[in-house]
Formats: sequence, C-alpha cells, structure tokens
Amino acid sequence: MALDKNQIAKRIAKEVQDGYYVNLGIGIPTLVANYVRTDISVEFQSENGVLGMGPFPFEGEEDADIINAGKQTITTLPGASFFDSAFSFGMIRAQKVDLTILGAMEVAENGDIANWKIPGKMVKGMGGAMDLVASAENIIVAMMHVNKAGESKILKKCTLPLTGVGCVKKVVTELAVLEVTPNGFKLLERAPGVSVDEIIQATEAELIIDGEVPEMVF
Amino acid sequence: MINKKVNSVTEALQGIEDGMTIMLGGFGLCGIPENSIAELVQKGTTNLTCISNNAGVDDFGLGLLLQKRQIKKMISSYVGENAEFERQMLSGELEVELTPQGTLAEKCRAAQAGIPAFFTPAGYGTEVAEGKETREFNGKMHVMELAYKADFSIVKAWKGDEAGNLIFKGTARNFNAVMAGGAKITIAEVEELVPAGTLDPNEIHIPGIMVQRIFQGEKFEKRIEQRTVRQK
Repeated sequence: MALDKNQIAKRIAKEVQDGYYVNLGIGIPTLVANYVRTDISVEFQSENGVLGMGPFPFEGEEDADIINAGKQTITTLPGASFFDSAFSFGMIRAQKVDLTILGAMEVAENGDIANWKIPGKMVKGMGGAMDLVASAENIIVAMMHVNKAGESKILKKCTLPLTGVGCVKKVVTELAVLEVTPNGFKLLERAPGVSVDEIIQATEAELIIDGEVPEMVF
Repeated sequence: MINKKVNSVTEALQGIEDGMTIMLGGFGLCGIPENSIAELVQKGTTNLTCISNNAGVDDFGLGLLLQKRQIKKMISSYVGENAEFERQMLSGELEVELTPQGTLAEKCRAAQAGIPAFFTPAGYGTEVAEGKETREFNGKMHVMELAYKADFSIVKAWKGDEAGNLIFKGTARNFNAVMAGGAKITIAEVEELVPAGTLDPNEIHIPGIMVQRIFQGEKFEKRIEQRTVRQK
C-alpha cells in the first residue's frame, strides 16, 4: 500500500544520523522531526534564524517571537541559539548543515528540482529553497510520486521553472525510495505491498532496477 | 553619546516620500515594524519599492500597504500567505522581484557592510540567474548579486537605547539585524526604549552607529501567523 505523509516522514527519519545538523522544509519534511531516533544527537536548523529547534509549545506558551520557517510557533531545546538571516544562510552555504530535507513539485533524473512556481498559476516564491539546494551536500526530497491528475512528478526533465540543478541525492515518495545516480534514478526500495511494476507505471523517468528491490523497513 | 531618540513614529518617518525604496525587517509577521507600517498607511505614501522577505498577510503587515495600492514593487523571497498580493502580481498591477532568501539577506548585509557585490551559488541555472554575471569558483558555478540601494531601512527590535543600540529577541532578529544600516537612513522601532548606559554593551546585537532614528512603538500586536501547539 502507498505510504501516507507520516510514513514518508518516518522512512526519511532513518536517514538522519548521529551528530547531524538538519534543515527541514515545510510540509512532510517538518514531520520528520517526530520520527528521529531518540538515542542519537541531532539539531534542527530553521533558516529564519534558529538552531536547536524543539517541539511545538504547549497551549498558552506560544511566543510570537519564536517561530520556524513555516511561521509556526516553536520551542527551543537546551543548547539552542538564535541568529540573523544572513548568518543563517552563511551556515547553509558554508555546508555546516549536514542534511536538507525539502518538498518538490518535480524532480528530474539528473537531480534537477522544481518547487517554487507554476507559470501563470501559482507563484509563492522560492523562499530559502534555492540557497539550500545550491549549497547542501546531502539533499533528500519528500514528495508525492504523482500529482492529483495522476501524472508522474518523477521526470526525465523538469517542465516547471527550476529551483536548482543537479542537486537532489535521494527521493522518498508514497511508493518508493529513489537514488539519483549519474545514470539516472535507481529504485532502492518500494513501499510495503507496492510492486516494481506499479512504480514503473507511476514514473515517467527510466528506473534503474538492480536485482530484487526490497520493501521499505521502518 | 549621540542621541537618536525621536518622540513619535510620525517624526521617525519624516522624509519618506512617494517612489522611494524601503527595506523592512521581519520574517512572516515575526519582528515586523508594525507601528511604522501603520504610519505609512496613514501617511498614504505611494509608489513604494519594498524590500522585505515576505509581504505580510491580507490584513496585517505589508498586506495593509498592498490593500491601499501603496506598493509599486515588492522584492521578496516568499509571498505565499497573501491572496491580494498574488492577485495583484498575476494581474500585473504589482511588480515583483522574487529573490532567494539567502541572497536577499546577503544583498542587505552587503549594503550594510559596504560591499558592492558578491557571488553565491544560489539560483545558478534557474531564471533567477538570467542576465547576471556567472563565474566558476572551486569547480562550482556562482551568480553575481549586487548590494541593495535603499532610501530608508525600517527595523524592529526588542530593546533599544537612546544611542540607537539594538537587542533582538528570538527569531525576530531575522532580517532586522541585516537591514539595520543598509540604507541611507535607518529607523528602529523598539518595544522598550531605555536611556543610554542601561543596556550591557556585551549584549548589543547592532551598534547605534547603524541607526539614525529610534522610537518606542506605541503598541505591538505581534500577531502569530501559524499558531501551532501541542496538548499537555
């Protein structure tokens, strides 16, 4: 069965390792924080200027001056720090942040990503995504495999205006885990109960399939 | 001590005229100079170019200036929370320059630091880089970006003193700290204005040399955009 958003987040959380500073984008990526192992040390960075982000505050304890990049009220954990926007993107460009997890509208087999604009229809802006994808070493995309019309968002070539070129390393969707290799998408894992054929059907890009494709383990 | 204190928001905003370029601090609604924005609405200044990471929401922040059509051009990184903004942009009434957030911050910081231009990898290979000089450093392509030039910078701080020194709280530091001193004249509105000598010099985030006018805001609503809580 295809994964729900929380299961996608849960699978991505397995990629988070001890000692990582992690930037989480808006949407599914935000949920990843809920599933990171509790026996490892991880700090979450939010590009509006905080390291050491904690869970949402208890009701009545919200502080308008303490939010994440999704404008949600948050708390901080022991060891947290605040800084300005230029400093925040300085640590991103200088690759101090180990892992970036963000959403996408389209990803292409060469690692291109599009997630900020649908010409003539929707222009919300790129926010910090262009800076993040241009600099981060390790980028994982959390996204739906197909759009509402059933069309694949895993493509040979992006059709929407790009956010970054050749930058995505891994994609986790409701159907599969894909790795971006120099030769294109490699199918690493499939969602429990989803067949390789179903994934091929839902994917416009060619998939590299190397032997038996295991089911995801959470 | 050089005294930067002015007695009212009206006095602080003197000299802001139609057609000027203004930097405004804040991220979403967090740390926006809400007293100054209200005064700009009151003044009715038009044809403004606003450099601000976001454009407020429909009924608060810069959304108030958009409603009154006082803004000619917005320079922002993310504008998704404002339906009126999107309508004016898609219909062509409002000129919009979308800029990657880190680039926007650095263009402010460059202005603040007297650096005319810099190279960043952000936006390379995208429409953001169109028409801009690109160059390879250490095997990676970068885009040249220029420092902003603004007439006024309006920032919001938690505490300030008469010398113009500023201290921010939490994530309300955001663009406020990089816009202070980024324009010819910087106006700071603060929640608490204290006499010089009250704040510990070790705790100052922005030194008073970056600020020309400082005043204590009459009231701060500090609206929360996405109130998100967990149950006890």
